[in-house]
Amino acid sequence: MSAPLVSLQDVAFSAGKSLILRSVTLTVGEGEAVGLFGANGAGKTTLLRLVALLSRSTGGTVDILGSSGGTDLSLVRRRIGMIGHTPALYPTLSLLENLSFLVGMRGEPVDRVGDALAEVGLGNVISRQARHCSHGMQRRAEIAYQILVQPDLLLLDEPHSALDGPAGELVEYLAASVVDRGGATLVVSHDRERVSQMTHRNVELVGGRLL
Amino acid sequence: MNGFWHQVRTVLVRDLRRERRTAEVLGVTIPFGATAIVLIGFVLSANSDTLAKAGPAILWGVIFLFGTLVAVRRTAAETPAQRDMLALTGADPGAMWVGQAAASAVFLIVFEVIVGLVGFLFLGFSVPMWWSVPIVVILVGIGLAALGTLAGWIAHDLETGTALVPLIVAPLAIPLLLGASKTLDVLITNRGILRWIVLMLMVDLVVIIIGVLAARPLQENP
Repeated sequence: MSAPLVSLQDVAFSAGKSLILRSVTLTVGEGEAVGLFGANGAGKTTLLRLVALLSRSTGGTVDILGSSGGTDLSLVRRRIGMIGHTPALYPTLSLLENLSFLVGMRGEPVDRVGDALAEVGLGNVISRQARHCSHGMQRRAEIAYQILVQPDLLLLDEPHSALDGPAGELVEYLAASVVDRGGATLVVSHDRERVSQMTHRNVELVGGRLL
Repeated sequence: MNGFWHQVRTVLVRDLRRERRTAEVLGVTIPFGATAIVLIGFVLSANSDTLAKAGPAILWGVIFLFGTLVAVRRTAAETPAQRDMLALTGADPGAMWVGQAAASAVFLIVFEVIVGLVGFLFLGFSVPMWWSVPIVVILVGIGLAALGTLAGWIAHDLETGTALVPLIVAPLAIPLLLGASKTLDVLITNRGILRWIVLMLMVDLVVIIIGVLAARPLQENP
């Protein structure tokens, strides 16, 4: 049996005197999609950032894609894809420039960026600056980036917000493609009904504890 | 190493492109810096001896204040979502730091040249050894850019944000600006400048080495 892609054992996270996560244990294996629900302030985004190795836990053990074995964190992070709840594009760069920049920083060829944007329905606005694109269009561009880089672990934070029907289907297509390749997906959302259709199981955070 | 320099170039191109579209340095900071020099020139114009003696210090003081703001502002302006996305590319944090500092250095050198020309016009001093001015301008531009970028990265990790930036920047900027001020001073009086250029070069090297070495721990200990 292969090692889980995400393994959190008794994890805690505090910011100042506030204990945001307490004794969280979660395992996500290959080919698995897990939904993460919880009220506002329950610690969902904090948990997602811990899994993305963008924050460090204050207690417990975090092993993401074998990160606890002394592997260079940069090498692990490049196998993780994340779409957060706020756009990450540079407002004054065009959609094409934004994605080319990110792909270029990965050291990969940028010649497929235009095709990826076309695949998510942005083929006719690739030269438009992100500040002139709607939130939904920017989210589509971020989906195009994840399609390009094909992460082993995909983290989605409220992925359906600001998206119309067809774009919502793109999220589901992206998540399914990661799972089909043997990767894993963790989806944070308030939309239980929709997310439950794309996950194998769901967990809930209540007051910083996982139920 | 090719990957490192490719990433440096990619960040540099991104920042130059962003500046071309927003004109934050060229359109906002340079006019304010030039106006400050002109105002000081007018206030002290009745006492030309004082103006000539204090000119280099005034010029570098203005360049320090505005230049540090440019470098810090550009680094701190990146949103947490953008930093997260960049971290997940797996790019070398040292390359990101060098790329950002290089872009800030380009802007600061342009800033120094324009504000310096205004200074020579309104602060009333002349420089006999013109050939060495570009060396000073480049060394100060690189040093302030490296300092501001380092301070911006440290500020990301502090709950106080940019409030502590002056405390981080000022101690390291003192030898740099002392060197710049003394160099310009001795250029005007036509004496040897080598020791002051060496001082600036040493400060630049120390800050760049600190920046490259600190970039990874700063990124990996959020």
